Amino acid sequence: MKIMTCPMNGPRNISEFVYGGEVQEMPDPNNCSDREWAEYVFYSDNAIQVVREWWMHSASSYWFIAERHTGSDEILKTYPSTELFKERVEFAAKATGQTS
Amino acid sequence: MPFSLLKYGLSGDYPFEKHPDLPQPTKLKKHYDVVIIGGGGHGVAIAYYLAKYHGITNVAILEKGYLGGGNTARNTAVIRSNYLTSEGVKFYSESVKMFKKLSNEFDFNIMYSQRGQLTLAHTDAAIRGFRQRAEVNKHFGGRTELIGAKEIKELVPTLNMNPGHLPVLAGLWHMDGATARHDAVAWGYAKGATQRGVELHQLTEVTGINIVNGKVTGVETSKGTVECGSAVQAVAGHSSLLAAKAGFRLPITTYPLQAMVTQPVKPFLDQMVSSSALHCYVQQTGRGEIVFGGGSDPYPLYNTRSTLELKESLLASAIEMFPFMANLRMLRQWAGITDMTADYSPIMGLSPVENYYLDAGWGTWGFKATPICGKTMAELIASGGKVPELIAPFAMDRFDEFRQVNEMGATAASH
Ligand SMILES: Cc1cc2nc3c(=O)[nH]c(=O)nc-3n(C[C@H](O)[C@H](O)[C@H](O)COP(=O)(O)OP(=O)(O)OC[C@H]3O[C@@H](n4cnc5c(N)ncnc54)[C@H](O)[C@@H]3O)c2cc1C
Repeated sequence: MKIMTCPMNGPRNISEFVYGGEVQEMPDPNNCSDREWAEYVFYSDNAIQVVREWWMHSASSYWFIAERHTGSDEILKTYPSTELFKERVEFAAKATGQTS
Repeated sequence: MPFSLLKYGLSGDYPFEKHPDLPQPTKLKKHYDVVIIGGGGHGVAIAYYLAKYHGITNVAILEKGYLGGGNTARNTAVIRSNYLTSEGVKFYSESVKMFKKLSNEFDFNIMYSQRGQLTLAHTDAAIRGFRQRAEVNKHFGGRTELIGAKEIKELVPTLNMNPGHLPVLAGLWHMDGATARHDAVAWGYAKGATQRGVELHQLTEVTGINIVNGKVTGVETSKGTVECGSAVQAVAGHSSLLAAKAGFRLPITTYPLQAMVTQPVKPFLDQMVSSSALHCYVQQTGRGEIVFGGGSDPYPLYNTRSTLELKESLLASAIEMFPFMANLRMLRQWAGITDMTADYSPIMGLSPVENYYLDAGWGTWGFKATPICGKTMAELIASGGKVPELIAPFAMDRFDEFRQVNEMGATAASH
């Protein structure tokens, strides 16, 4: 059984967690090009190295950050997302001009 | 016969060495017209069709390990064309047609076995999806029907009709579904290619891609530098690592995919049976072993380890489907690392580097595409970059334009 340490719930079976993708800088959706947005959504270095990732503990719906090696699967560190994000990120979509 | 056997037994040399299927490796030449990176089924198929249809034989296949030792040796050999999109069905149907003729073409038995594939629906939504897949498949000449619970019971009497408390409501019955011996496919192509003059260099790793003015000019290998007119990468789970050497990123994430096999039992199952709700597919090999597998691992990793979590969940689902399997012993388990795309369709065609071509994003479903991918990629390379119509929808830039070819529902647990 592989164990992951949740910053809120402590060490738990990895099957209780859901992988949420690499932590990446989001381009401004209102001003970036389609190509930049595609780069953010689909493309990845996908290298063998330590990667900073989003994970969620399913039972408590708690999202946090993990640093994990994509070759050895070693989890080096887990910590609350507030360590990376000091303020709330707003996702307001651009007004499309459509009503409804 | 007994005398010749006795003679071989007493003589010092090994009988097969005089007639090797594959020519002995030679030294790398300074220049090749085409360098193929990766000696899996895809790489050797490209080489075979380059030589056979385009007369291009100054070709080197560079393989860091052994011929067909990657995912080609690890897959569960499901061949089928019952996908969802017209682009997908058109492409995979061609591959199924080519597979049927391969044993004859190679004069070498790839043990093609057309046994039919049955996918189970446990919800009304799944039935709607299956109806659409059956129609698209028929439209392009495939043999696929939506069948009811009664017919399923007749077809597969050993199946539990209420696995995991998910009643079997209907099924997608794909009569063209088949399996073949994956190693034999790689050997057949490799033999055909090398007999026509192509060189296969095993234990030769590509460590760098040389690019001048945006155009590939050669590759660095563990055995020295090689110049080339053009190059193609067909390295499955390692696709992003190779692309990084050529200076670009891919819309690919690498995940392990695990499978396992039981001890052999008497023949009881002709068909391949899968359930996407249970994340499991089950089939019996010609030797009687039961092969079963499911979806990819839940998070990305470059590692072929097996996990207890996946074993537990896969075994639970397989036993729900065929309860008597609870009495069997597991024989082997293994994993491969697969290059997954967001839409569960491959990436074939041009790359940002001129004369450098992509055969990637095959994830958990690329074995069945080996013949048609090899043939169309050879056409692309021989024409100097004119993309064949059949593979145009699978260009990498579909992601930049948000026109994905979505095959997730038709792929996830059936490959
Ligand atoms: C468990 C499992 C089950 C599967 N089941 C099915 C199935 O039922 N049906 C189906 O259609 N598909 C299935 N697949 C997917 C299928 O196996 C692959 O998509 C397919 O084999 C890819 O073929 P390939 O030749 O591109 O890759 P591979 O056979 O992996 O060949 C790539 C080769 O490239 C080499 N290589 C990598 N890096 C370098 C380098 N730097 N230099 C030189 N060589 C390099 C590797 O050593 C390898 O031999 C399954 C995969 C797995 C893992």
